[in-house]
Amino acid sequence: MLVEEKKTRPGHYLSFVFLLGAAIIALLPLYWMVVTALQQPTLTVSFPPEWFPSNPTFLNFQRFFGRPHVLTWTTNSLIVALAVTGIQIFTCAMAGYAFAKKKFPGGNFLFYLYIASMMIPGQVTLVPLFLIMSRLNLLDTYAGLVLPGIAGPFGVFLMKQFISTLPTDLIEAATIDGCGEWLTFMKVILPLAKPGLAVLGIFTFMGQWNQFLWPLIITNSSSMRTLPVGLALLQEELPMQYGLLMAGATYAAIPMIIIFLMFQKYFLRGITVGALKG
Amino acid sequence: MAALRQFGKRVFKARWAYFFVLPNFAVYTVFFLIPVLWSMVLSLLDYQWWGMEFVGLANYSKVFANPIFWKALVNTAYYTFGVVPLWLGKALLISALIFPFRKPLQTFFKAAFYLPHVTSAVILSLIWMWIYNPPFGLLNYILGIFGFDAVAWLGNTVTAMPSLILMQVVMGGGSSIVLISAAMNGIPTYLYEAAELDGARPAQIYLRVTLPLLRPTLLYLVVTGTINSFQVFTNIYLMTRGGPQFSTTTIVYMIYDTAFKQFQFGPASAMAMVLFVITAIFAIVQFRWLGQEVEY
Repeated sequence: MLVEEKKTRPGHYLSFVFLLGAAIIALLPLYWMVVTALQQPTLTVSFPPEWFPSNPTFLNFQRFFGRPHVLTWTTNSLIVALAVTGIQIFTCAMAGYAFAKKKFPGGNFLFYLYIASMMIPGQVTLVPLFLIMSRLNLLDTYAGLVLPGIAGPFGVFLMKQFISTLPTDLIEAATIDGCGEWLTFMKVILPLAKPGLAVLGIFTFMGQWNQFLWPLIITNSSSMRTLPVGLALLQEELPMQYGLLMAGATYAAIPMIIIFLMFQKYFLRGITVGALKG
Repeated sequence: MAALRQFGKRVFKARWAYFFVLPNFAVYTVFFLIPVLWSMVLSLLDYQWWGMEFVGLANYSKVFANPIFWKALVNTAYYTFGVVPLWLGKALLISALIFPFRKPLQTFFKAAFYLPHVTSAVILSLIWMWIYNPPFGLLNYILGIFGFDAVAWLGNTVTAMPSLILMQVVMGGGSSIVLISAAMNGIPTYLYEAAELDGARPAQIYLRVTLPLLRPTLLYLVVTGTINSFQVFTNIYLMTRGGPQFSTTTIVYMIYDTAFKQFQFGPASAMAMVLFVITAIFAIVQFRWLGQEVEY
């Protein structure tokens, strides 16, 4: 009733126009990034700026890819993000399953420990993690980049929330049918938990692909840098070359934007699932 | 003795549960729990590459005697109390406005406002440095049309922090919009119908029915938003390096600078502990303040 009525109100159109304006402002910086990247390098610093490039060119991209290590940074980002995501999904699903469906001495205590640590700012561990990594000789290595990424408490919480909603009867039935504990997990839990795994996977991948502070600290040779760190260093080196920098930014942003447009449903659902109360 | 054997039996019976928890818990212990505990210990040590020495609270008194640290605390508060209310206000306004629309249109707007979130803070910082650029940036160009003089937005102590806040507010709030919308869709329609039958106007319905029922969601958003804003680093590192004149130096930027530029691990850990304690206090206060249970 209420919704029907509201649709005919003139205020409806007004709020549509307002929302559209707000959305355009929120997306304008990303648009400006792409426009600058496609601009003639000489036109980047000219007045007045062009809203639509009159002579679009990939020259800035060519110059960006002409810089050393750009593809190495991409590969590094990809390796780190994929490794963390794969390991996260698997270990968090295992732990989440135990917390959701099994009662064991200390289980509640451990789960509350995980929940409490979600309140701890990650920066608290920065210095000790760096010292641990240097003791383990893992500075400037893939292991050093990956290991702290898989230790976060959030994934366990998310998987516990999700697996709790799966029917317990099904699991018991599988156990009675003679599936061992491991097979039950692999053949029953994992397939059923796929939507939850997708949400965790997408958010982990995004977080790792975009991560900055830890890779900045743990790597120091330019061939071990990840894409965001590489971009930041490029900015230090060529502070005023905005055409080239925007080409690099576009290049780094596009994979995530494509993933978002493809898996929008999981993103929007994931935000809600992640915020459920424990 | 019998009790112990009983306990052992229970543990043995649950051995598979431990097996499932173990891989994650092992990594979590080594790379999260131990670092947190060690951070506490480190804050009491004079730690050098060649050795360490227990110095009690000396790191803390050194940190608190540093005027720049106090400035960083104030700056972090400034940033947080600028970003969080504006963010939340924006998200509340936009989710209230998209609520009456049909589902596909709602999804379209949610996606549009969420899109900047999927790009990294590095990318957004680069874009906004370009927008804020004094001679050639977009912002000064647009303001110039209206006859304003060019401003070095990131280059002076008055506008640097507000510029960082503005950027965060314009680009942010997307996930809050998604969450608030979800919570609004979860409110039973008969409550609205009853209020409307009683003759309440839309604004009254929003203030008296919707807003109180959104309380748990708002609590969550305020707590996570505050914790995240306390940790702001990437924007600062790229856009201002904490300057000019320390006007944008935040706690985490200072921790980074102290630990990894000056290699003073003890004082950096003391700062991290201060951040930890402040975060915890805020989380607890906000839970107390906003956290009463909702009843339908």
